[in-house]
Amino acid sequence: MEGFLHQVLAGLATGGIYASLALALVMIYQATHLVNFAQGEMAMFCTYIAWSLTNAGVPYWIAFLLTVVFAFILGVVIERVIIRPVENAPVLSVVVVFIGLLVILNSVAGWIYTYTIKTFPSPFPEQPILGIRYVSPHEFGAIGVTLVVLALLYAFFRFTPLGLAMRAAAQNPDSSRLVGIRVGWMLALGWGLAAAVGSVAGMMVAPIVFLDPNMMSGILLYAFAAALVGGVDNPAGAVFGGFLVGVLENVVGAYVVGPDLKLSVALVLIIAVLVIKPTGFFGRVHVTRV
Amino acid sequence: MALLEVSGLHASYGLTRVLHGIDFSLDQGAITTLLGANGAGKTTTLRALCAMVKTEGRITFDGARIDGRATEDIVRLGIGHVPDGRGTFVHLTTEENLRLGAYVRKDKSAVEADLERMYGYFPRLKERRGQQAGTLSGGEQQMLAVSRALMLRPRLLLLDEPSFGLAPLIVRELFGILRTVNEREKVSMLVVEQNASMALDLADHAYLIETGRVVLSGTSQKIKSDDAVRRSYLGY
Repeated sequence: MEGFLHQVLAGLATGGIYASLALALVMIYQATHLVNFAQGEMAMFCTYIAWSLTNAGVPYWIAFLLTVVFAFILGVVIERVIIRPVENAPVLSVVVVFIGLLVILNSVAGWIYTYTIKTFPSPFPEQPILGIRYVSPHEFGAIGVTLVVLALLYAFFRFTPLGLAMRAAAQNPDSSRLVGIRVGWMLALGWGLAAAVGSVAGMMVAPIVFLDPNMMSGILLYAFAAALVGGVDNPAGAVFGGFLVGVLENVVGAYVVGPDLKLSVALVLIIAVLVIKPTGFFGRVHVTRV
Repeated sequence: MALLEVSGLHASYGLTRVLHGIDFSLDQGAITTLLGANGAGKTTTLRALCAMVKTEGRITFDGARIDGRATEDIVRLGIGHVPDGRGTFVHLTTEENLRLGAYVRKDKSAVEADLERMYGYFPRLKERRGQQAGTLSGGEQQMLAVSRALMLRPRLLLLDEPSFGLAPLIVRELFGILRTVNEREKVSMLVVEQNASMALDLADHAYLIETGRVVLSGTSQKIKSDDAVRRSYLGY
């Protein structure tokens, strides 16, 4: 029983990380109807920036904040410089651009930092938090950080005029322009926010999986699964999906398929959702008049 | 002085040209209507004013050229648009839709007052303030579109078929409200309507458009008494 509880709690911790990355995917999907395959590599690259900062002696939380700001700027710049020119291009062209971005970020990180695996510091103490022993302090802290990020995002989109404008721009660009919203910039802001959320996921997962240029490839798969399970156009669904996938991965990995086949849980989930219920648990069914 | 002056306005969708050099002007504080059959280019004219289609020609608003500027910049000059199809943000609430209308305004307390004013004009919207706008009836969405545009506190309001899908009684009410807004706040209006007789009752001036050209213009009184207009558009 204790073992099971540990698996569930650890699953919630990694699930929170999947949830963050899935949320980043959904934010961009809602605005552009495209899945950003480079989301994971953007997060990985930002995590390296955090690593450089902490190695240079910057205190962890300051490095954390600087990295989030860097990620935001990186996201905005990528949208303005790379994505905007292909805005009206066919879907496949944009997908190729995303994959190109993925390969470029991966190679640049490998070139600068080498492919040697590095340890990444955790900001949380070594001793169990609140005396809970089923879950490591870092996992516990990661759940907390994830929840704070999700709450902040929710408040931003729900209660600020800018958040409202971003939601409006994502769902009805024409009407948004007619009330004076600069739709192009809202997209760039969305990319910035998504990158920032992704960078938090990167920094939270790095102490668990260790830092190397390929660390996010598996995580991104789980995030895809999470986004699909929740419904790829529903942010709350993506968060739910993230936690669900995290727990499923751990429990199924521990008791059914064994740790070596964990990643295939994500793949099976992706296929199952697409075959059985393509809109996920909370996705909208799209109806088109023909 | 004219608030809006349009000369030689051409517009096209892809290779298909829809407007072939339209000229008209709107007086400050007046209500002007564009009449014409389906496909004459009325909606396209309104879209052209807001840079929502590719245009050529000269558009001057309050003495400054606005052709070639981006839609959002034109809106920020004070041109509100009730678009064809209502343009509802269907997944947002009624109140969020209204607040978006005031997105570019900085005077927060006046925005709150205007919100209440809109609810005063259309009590139905107040009942539905927290409801997803996509679940409103067609008529309610039309009221929402008009209120959203008014939330901008526009100097010029462009209205595309405001009577579309509304019951006759509600049309009368809506046109009454437009008249009030025009008189009290000196909002100039350009109304595109299929219901020619209602539009002529509301408007001070009218232009008749046929296949992308202005063929007749004058005061509403004069247009109303024109024999050809009476036969083709008023039907008696």
